[in-house]
Amino acid sequence: MFEVVLAVVRRDLKLAWRRQADIGAALFFFVIVASLFPLGVGPEPDLLRKLSPGVLWVGALLSTLLTLPRLFADDFRDGSLEQLMLAPQPLGLVVLGKVIAHWLVAGLPLALVAPVLGLQFDLPGDALAVLTLSIALGTPALSGIGAIGAALTLGLRGGAVLLSLLILPLYVPVLIFGAGAVDATLTGLGPQAHLSLLAALTVAGLCFAPFAAAAGLRIAVD
Amino acid sequence: MLEVTNLECARGDRRLFAGVGFRLDAGELLHVSGHNGAGKTTLLRTLVGLTQPVDGEIRWQGAPVAKLGEDYRGQLAYLGHGNGIKEELTPLENLAVSARVAGLAADEERDFQALGEVGLASRADLPCRVLSQGQKRRVALARLIRDRRPLWVLDEPFVALDVKAVSWLAGRIGAHVAGGGLVVMTTHQPVSVPGATVRELWLGERGDV
Repeated sequence: MFEVVLAVVRRDLKLAWRRQADIGAALFFFVIVASLFPLGVGPEPDLLRKLSPGVLWVGALLSTLLTLPRLFADDFRDGSLEQLMLAPQPLGLVVLGKVIAHWLVAGLPLALVAPVLGLQFDLPGDALAVLTLSIALGTPALSGIGAIGAALTLGLRGGAVLLSLLILPLYVPVLIFGAGAVDATLTGLGPQAHLSLLAALTVAGLCFAPFAAAAGLRIAVD
Repeated sequence: MLEVTNLECARGDRRLFAGVGFRLDAGELLHVSGHNGAGKTTLLRTLVGLTQPVDGEIRWQGAPVAKLGEDYRGQLAYLGHGNGIKEELTPLENLAVSARVAGLAADEERDFQALGEVGLASRADLPCRVLSQGQKRRVALARLIRDRRPLWVLDEPFVALDVKAVSWLAGRIGAHVAGGGLVVMTTHQPVSVPGATVRELWLGERGDV
């Protein structure tokens, strides 16, 4: 049953590989946003350290949002979404495959560059590790929840703006626990509780969101 | 056997057609015709399950298709207005990807053979983005004949094809029907499908233009 998930992941990764500029753009956006803050706020290590969890997480969140409108739009335009929906497989699993591929392309790279960006905020080593871990743990939830919004706004004019309005409020818990994990490390409380909740959000997001998004897609192509 | 009873479809508030019913047995072709906007595409999309009907029932081998779900989808091949191929991939990769998503084992030999039949053997390794409209349509047709599904639902299959390809496809549809397959199609081109029992379905009123 999970072969279809793997097949869709491989398909989307291959497509992303042929269009590397798209991956680069969202990552570059994250790097720029995170780098502008230290320049704008000024060289005060204490203030920067205090700001960093929120700034880095908001940057990651907006960067994910940037790539979401295209999650289904390209397949919708050329008719391959119809073919995916007509495949003799549960549509939820097809969407799960697309969500996993989206995370590998748009979420994982953010986690990988985050420690480098964290250095600009004078974060200590343990906080850098927690930052990377929290972004790696939290971004699958962002991809999953985002897929619901992308499915619901598919084919609408001004869909990208509507998508942000729809999805950003749902991202709040991920933002709170993600930034909270780094903050808790900085203040010496320990990030375990935040990371556990973040992992729970991700598991819930990956289990339920694809099926909600599948329902949204059925409405969108109807 | 495909059986449709009392089907009613609407787009938004506008009713397109109501009371449509037909029965299609193995070895028959249904030619759906009607004016622009009569609901031909909607009927075809409803038959494959992409659009939900307002009323009525569609049965495949006696069972409602809504209940059959994936089992029904595994029996049908749909060719819509979009070709459903990715421009970044080559024709061969497109076929391989669609096979894997459908749960079929990868078989490059079989895919290559299908591309040969549609006349794209020499273009099998070029990205689809550089192919012409007609050639892209041929890639979609290669997927259709590669899958060997019993029910073909074809929305304007002859669009963008050259004269030679049109007569080849008409022959291929005829062979499919002669081999016990079912075909539901729309076309505005006067194409005769050789050797097939053709049934006609007209949507909308005859008089209005």
